[in-house]
Amino acid sequence: MTSSLAPARTAPATPSARPSSDAEITVTNARKVFGSGDRAVVALEDVTATIPEGQFVCLLGPSGCGKSTLLNAIAGFSPLSEGQIRIGARPVTEPGPDRGMVFQEYALFPWMTVEQNIRFGLDIKGVRRAEAEATVARIAATLGLSDFRSRFPKDLSGGMRQRVAIARILALDPPVMLMDEPFGALDALTRRTLQDELLRIWAEYRKTIVFVTHSIEEAIYLADRILVMTYRPGRLKRDITVTLPRPRDSASAEFNALKRELGGLVMEEQQRYTQAEMSGTAVD
Amino acid sequence: MTARLSALRGAFLPIGLLIVWELASRAGLFSAVVLPPPSAVAVRWFNSLVPALPHDPASQSYLSWLFSGEMPHDAVASLGRVLAGFAIGVGLALPVGLLMGTSDRLYGLVNPLLQILRPIPPIAYIPLAIVWFGLGNPPALFLIALGTFFPVLVNTIAGVRQVDSIYIRAARNLGANPWTLFRRVILPAASPFVLAGMRIGIGTAFIVVIVAEMIAVSDGLGYRILEAREYMWSDKIIGGMLTIGVLGLLIDSAMSRLNDHLLRWHRGLER
Repeated sequence: MTSSLAPARTAPATPSARPSSDAEITVTNARKVFGSGDRAVVALEDVTATIPEGQFVCLLGPSGCGKSTLLNAIAGFSPLSEGQIRIGARPVTEPGPDRGMVFQEYALFPWMTVEQNIRFGLDIKGVRRAEAEATVARIAATLGLSDFRSRFPKDLSGGMRQRVAIARILALDPPVMLMDEPFGALDALTRRTLQDELLRIWAEYRKTIVFVTHSIEEAIYLADRILVMTYRPGRLKRDITVTLPRPRDSASAEFNALKRELGGLVMEEQQRYTQAEMSGTAVD
Repeated sequence: MTARLSALRGAFLPIGLLIVWELASRAGLFSAVVLPPPSAVAVRWFNSLVPALPHDPASQSYLSWLFSGEMPHDAVASLGRVLAGFAIGVGLALPVGLLMGTSDRLYGLVNPLLQILRPIPPIAYIPLAIVWFGLGNPPALFLIALGTFFPVLVNTIAGVRQVDSIYIRAARNLGANPWTLFRRVILPAASPFVLAGMRIGIGTAFIVVIVAEMIAVSDGLGYRILEAREYMWSDKIIGGMLTIGVLGLLIDSAMSRLNDHLLRWHRGLER
């Protein structure tokens, strides 16, 4: 739709290695206002951040901190009011398969089988049949879905559905993966399994991942870097690099020290959220 | 075991009624014109089912001979009209409904007119249909198509408008252009509604075909029971009504099976 995408891709602004520019996310002075007049809600205010290629970043904060708003803006679903987001050299103007999104509600197409869901993006891209089938088989095997390829989503558990959702975007091999509380609806054990699975995939495919969560433990377990956001307007409150070696032990002293520190930061914002909720101004 | 038992219990009342009816008729409680005995209806029905002439291999195939009886001929004629009128109605309602469901502007423009026209029963169009199309098949098909059109249209619009936006976001994220989005996401997501509309539509079409055949054509199940009335053949009227009931049941269960197959992915079908 926007023809400006193609030239920008072939001629990156930075003359350095192309892959790094393709997968780096740059957010500059992002501001997002919902509604107008007295009803206007500032969801994002002056957010600036650079997420280098291959980094696993968690956006952490209570409800209403704008973490999903930021993710949706990166995905291209809802444009910023001010500021700019670039993937490599290209400004984000619309959704695209270079930024695969995993939704909390799975968003699988229920009328398609697992196989058809995974193939959907490849069909759109015009990938030849044999090649698409090979890719689907490989991705399905990676996520342990080989025996479920002819099932419909309604016949799968939540954990299996989320595997399909990840497989669906992985099939397109996007440089960036965006994940909106993907494991929020899963039970604790399934959740941990999928977290480990995601880390394995991330290590293998080296994607840039932006992962929204309100679970402090999940953020520490997964991320290279945690961006804590403030409650309305959503600003970056703290930028924390997690250096703990993987696999991380959630029972270790370092893990828990970090958990305590982040807990304090998030609770401050949670209290502001609660106050707003009590006074009736917290519109979600 | 219990299924067989309940089937037996279900059969009890109809069989009992038939016996009472037969006995009452034979005892002369009412005349054969008012209410002929079920045995007479059955004989009449069977006679209209079988071919009138013996099979002549030289002039016709076995299959066409098998269907050469009066009732099979009428049933085929009625069914043909239903299917043709249904196809016309769906063929018009589907594109209009999809467009109206997708475009808010078109919806705002057309919906008021739709709401005025929709409550008019197709039967009320009969005089106008004859003025416009004369006699024969055209007015009948017009009425059947009309009976199909509105249920399919209304359901298609509702189906498209209720498509969960998360599917649209997911598809756009995977690179779908508007046409792919429409064909592979909106259309299948709306299909449970569309198929429900079609099921209502074919039911209406079947009602309308019987009425249309009473006024405009000279064969079909509707024509046949009206013709039987001219001669006061009440047994034939009741036999015709039974055929209409059986055919309607067959159409509806065929449609229901088709739905179940096409919507096998749908959560609503979990039992």
